[in-house]
Amino acid sequence: MKIALTSLIVALISVISLTDKHAPVLQEPQDEYQVEKGRENNIFAEDNENCLVCHGEEYYQLSDTAQDKSERRIMPSNYYVDRDEYYQSNHWSFGCLDCHPYDFEKFPHPTSARLEEPFHCNDCHGFDEQYAHYHFDEITEEYNESVHDDIEGFSCWKCHDPHSYEITIRTSENLEETILYDNNICLECHANYDKFQLLSSRDEIRIVSSHDWLPNQAAHFKSVRCIECHTEISDSLLVAHKLRPADKAVKRCTECHTSNSRLLATLYKFQSKKIRNDAGFVNGVILNQSYVIGANRNPAINMLSFIIFGGVVLVIIFHIFMRLIKK
Amino acid sequence: MSNRIYLYPVWIRIWHIINAILFLVLIFTGIALRFAGQENAVSLIRFDQAVAWHNVAAIILTASYVIFVIGNAISRNGRYYRIKKENFWTELIAQFKFYAFGMFRKEKHPFPVNEERKFNPLQKISYVLAMYAGMPVLIITGFGLLFPEILIQQFFGISGLLITDVLHFSIGFILSVFLIVHVYTCTLGQKPGTLFKSMMNGYHEEHD
Repeated sequence: MKIALTSLIVALISVISLTDKHAPVLQEPQDEYQVEKGRENNIFAEDNENCLVCHGEEYYQLSDTAQDKSERRIMPSNYYVDRDEYYQSNHWSFGCLDCHPYDFEKFPHPTSARLEEPFHCNDCHGFDEQYAHYHFDEITEEYNESVHDDIEGFSCWKCHDPHSYEITIRTSENLEETILYDNNICLECHANYDKFQLLSSRDEIRIVSSHDWLPNQAAHFKSVRCIECHTEISDSLLVAHKLRPADKAVKRCTECHTSNSRLLATLYKFQSKKIRNDAGFVNGVILNQSYVIGANRNPAINMLSFIIFGGVVLVIIFHIFMRLIKK
Repeated sequence: MSNRIYLYPVWIRIWHIINAILFLVLIFTGIALRFAGQENAVSLIRFDQAVAWHNVAAIILTASYVIFVIGNAISRNGRYYRIKKENFWTELIAQFKFYAFGMFRKEKHPFPVNEERKFNPLQKISYVLAMYAGMPVLIITGFGLLFPEILIQQFFGISGLLITDVLHFSIGFILSVFLIVHVYTCTLGQKPGTLFKSMMNGYHEEHD
């Protein structure tokens, strides 16, 4: 039934879109995860190949028909789009010209098109009722207060590559994969000095040594995202975007290792909200799916242990009393 | 007039005191970890320090436990822990009755200490359970928490780490309760301090 509905939605979208070739295929947010992604479901896939024939390859062929000359050249990495990643990304259903100027259809690309200001997240997502629940306006506000905002040339795209970014935390069934995916976004610059120094003149950050203070470092890196400690908690955003300077990062263990763990408002926010709504149990998600020392507290076990402990102490006191009166 | 029986050789006494100190450190730091950041709670030790002390004490305790097991296997001390099937329940109940009622009626101890019997039936079963069942589980689960990568990630949909934690906490708690009862029962000698003195000088003393 779901597949049939999905196909119907895709077919309807296809028909509507054919009437206006360049109309972006925006899905209803609730359908976002129901439509099956992939090149075969993108109605612009064939048109996109006009671009991807070069930009989807690591090498492209530059030809001059007048002089009957051609040369094979490396496609610069920032102009390269991986087809597989693109058709699995959040923007998988778009045609290239939904976001890029139509003049890019011409080759060589005109300078005017190349100098045109590219779209930003809020050009599509901001001030739109359909996407209001993602709070893009608040994300922008947080970003503007974040350390990344001070870096010239930085934008949303640096972390959320529009050609590959895939939101994971909402749909995650494997938290470990989500953590790896999200941390790799940070590490792409922070663990790659070649890339890092394109935007910053700071000394190289050595992630491992700068986190020397962190006990069981490998387990932490595997179990939590960088942003758990490096952002300020946001009440309304699912993923906080206000990145704080390194000296303001969380360093106190008990911010996470406690029953009222910070992780409930960060990493486990989506799941804990869901479980809280379903079962009304605040740290259920930590109790059932993961393990955080100090945060995993089963009230039943705690209560039982207090009762047993109290019982034993009372028996001992009674025994002492009996010994004293029967002396 | 008193009989003195040499029941606690030097190695047992050294092991016992080390074990006791480590156990206290582990209980104290374990509570600090378990109830870390609890509102209104006075934290006596920083979380990271509690982790470090707990880990170090646990590793030394493991080494000390191995020495205990080997020591019991190769020395005569091991025989005191052997439980016989015959009259097991009868003896256990007799000893329980003595602690519950008999000692208040000035009855004679049903299983007096001698060279062949260091522990009464209740002591024997509780020591065997603590040292040969509880301790191995506590050590294995502790190592599981120290090296979480060796654990099964999910077990019937529940985090393997969580199951390990529940086991570790539960056994740790039971052994902590055992420690309290153990210390208390050690005041049940001829005088409240007699058995503690025995653990210092190695001699069990029986007064006529």
